[in-house]
Amino acid sequence: MAWNEPGGGDDKDPWGNRGDQGPPDLDEAFKKLQNNLTEMFGGGRRGSGGGGGGAMPFNSNVILLGLGIVLFIWFAMGVYVIDQQEKGIVLRFGKALPGEVLPGLHWNPPLIDRVMKANVTRVRTIEHDAQMLTEDENIVKVKMSVQYVIGDIRAYLLQVSDPDQTLSEATESALRHEVGSSEMNDVLTEGRADLSQRVKERIQTYMDRYGTGIAIRQVIIDETAPPDEVLAAFDDVIKAREDEIRFKNEANAYANQIVPEARGQAQKILEQSQGYEKRVVAESGGEAERFNKLYAAYKLAPVVTRERMYIDAMQSVYSNSTKVMVDVKGGSNLLYLPLDKIIQQSTQKQSSSSGDNGGTSSSGNSTSSTSVDTTSRPVSRRDYDR
Amino acid sequence: MSTRTVVIIFILVAVAVLGANSVYVVNQTQRAVLLEFGAVKKDVKPGLHFKKPFVNEVIKFDGRVLTLDAPAERFLTLEKKAVIVDSFAKFRVTDAKLFYTTTSGDENRAKDLLRQRINNGLRNEISKRSLHEVVSGERDELMNILTRRLDEVAREELGVEVVDVRVKRMDLPDEVRQSVYKRMNTERDIEAREHRAQGQELAAGIRADAEKQREVILAEAYAKAQEIRGEGDAKAAEIYAKAYRKDPEFYSFYRSMTAYHETFSSKSDVLLVDPSSEFFKYMKQSKD
Repeated sequence: MAWNEPGGGDDKDPWGNRGDQGPPDLDEAFKKLQNNLTEMFGGGRRGSGGGGGGAMPFNSNVILLGLGIVLFIWFAMGVYVIDQQEKGIVLRFGKALPGEVLPGLHWNPPLIDRVMKANVTRVRTIEHDAQMLTEDENIVKVKMSVQYVIGDIRAYLLQVSDPDQTLSEATESALRHEVGSSEMNDVLTEGRADLSQRVKERIQTYMDRYGTGIAIRQVIIDETAPPDEVLAAFDDVIKAREDEIRFKNEANAYANQIVPEARGQAQKILEQSQGYEKRVVAESGGEAERFNKLYAAYKLAPVVTRERMYIDAMQSVYSNSTKVMVDVKGGSNLLYLPLDKIIQQSTQKQSSSSGDNGGTSSSGNSTSSTSVDTTSRPVSRRDYDR
Repeated sequence: MSTRTVVIIFILVAVAVLGANSVYVVNQTQRAVLLEFGAVKKDVKPGLHFKKPFVNEVIKFDGRVLTLDAPAERFLTLEKKAVIVDSFAKFRVTDAKLFYTTTSGDENRAKDLLRQRINNGLRNEISKRSLHEVVSGERDELMNILTRRLDEVAREELGVEVVDVRVKRMDLPDEVRQSVYKRMNTERDIEAREHRAQGQELAAGIRADAEKQREVILAEAYAKAQEIRGEGDAKAAEIYAKAYRKDPEFYSFYRSMTAYHETFSSKSDVLLVDPSSEFFKYMKQSKD
């Protein structure tokens, strides 16, 4: 139920307890204030006139209390803490006081003094990443970071309008200067440590010249690389270096293979020749011995032995070969011998008989022989005598 | 009663205004000049100061080292190569009176004036030098010359000390940059080819040497082998000779028989036989 509902009773008004008095309350308060004011000034006059009013102690108490509160607030505003990591300086009416404010609890009168403080132990880092020209007019990409601390707080806060921005600009300038005085290969390879040292010195020189109060701790060259546009070519050089080694290794592998192989081959040739030597010597020894033995037997009955050896040899010759007996003196004038057919026939016979031996064409050992007696079956005649 | 209050309040306000107008603070980081009816009266140091209200006016400006960032511009070197140079300068107000009279305390006006001078200076100095000198060798010298000259002029004309002039960026224009990339690519190509060719060269040498070794080893082995075989043959011949010397005629017969036996051992050997030979003597007659 709303309290301002029309026709409602007094009990529903939240201000009901003083409902009838209403707004005039403010007027009264204003009047009271006015009275107090006039009494204050009036009292002052009276005080100077030598008399003391009855309202005086109360008013002065209020003023004192007010002043006390103001003073307390003012005092409280002047208390501050400098952290262990920080240092501060004091500006009195804008003018810097000598000396630094060290860590601890301090008080300086507010509105008169202004305290500026900054962290002097924290190592700050700025990074820089850019492409730049080298001495030999190549382009390289350098990524680096600079670590620094505030070395001189007074200078840092008062000397330069934006010390961090200044550092960033100085870094860029110094880096380009030093890279511009180096050859590309140095920047990309072994000259990097040296480069970072020189950049550091140069940045520090600039910082000192501008009076930024910044102390450079370290300059780290994170990365130096050729630009992306030529990266492939640089990579190819690395690949080419690897290829060079690979070619060499392959050739060495080949050499290491064929030379021992050749030595093995040589060993084999030598062994074979030694084998041959042994063999021919042994064979000759054997044959000589055989001859000696045979000769001893032959000496006992030379004629018979000789005859037997002759017949044996002839038998072996004739039984192992195809022979055609031709009696030339028999009077037949013309003799036709189909030698090719005879050979064919005999070899066919031979191969069919030795077919179950794997089809190898053997020679000589077969007992079957073709004997063609041309005297009993003359095919054609030719007179050899003529 | 109330009019008196109003008067009192008015007086209080007037005192406050006058007080505020007669006291001023110059910060440590600032420079200031005191004007009297618009005329520069004196240079004011940092601290709390008093002045005549409405008569004196105080103009303050930043007294720290300020940065002037010149925009990147294209310059030509001695050999008419274009470079894009981005520079900055560090300066500080030293003579507050002169600074106020020439720039009416406007930092930006001072910057504009300096910027033009820096550009002119850079243009002149760069056009006297080759690209190589600008990029590497004489950069420090170039910058020192510029700083010194600019400093002289700025001190006299602007009441400003030029602490340093630096080149931040010195780059080639885009189109030149592309040709630099091309050149770099060709240089790398030379190097890559050289490495590969050296590799091939070495490899060929190693292979040839290995092959030579192989040939030598094999040839020496062959020579040695032939010698050994010859020794074997010689020994064999000696042994044969020793045995066969006892009866050369019988040896001849014996050897012939063996040879016949071995020569005609195939069916494809066809012999035309004359029955009158020794072997067939009994085929014709049983008795001689």
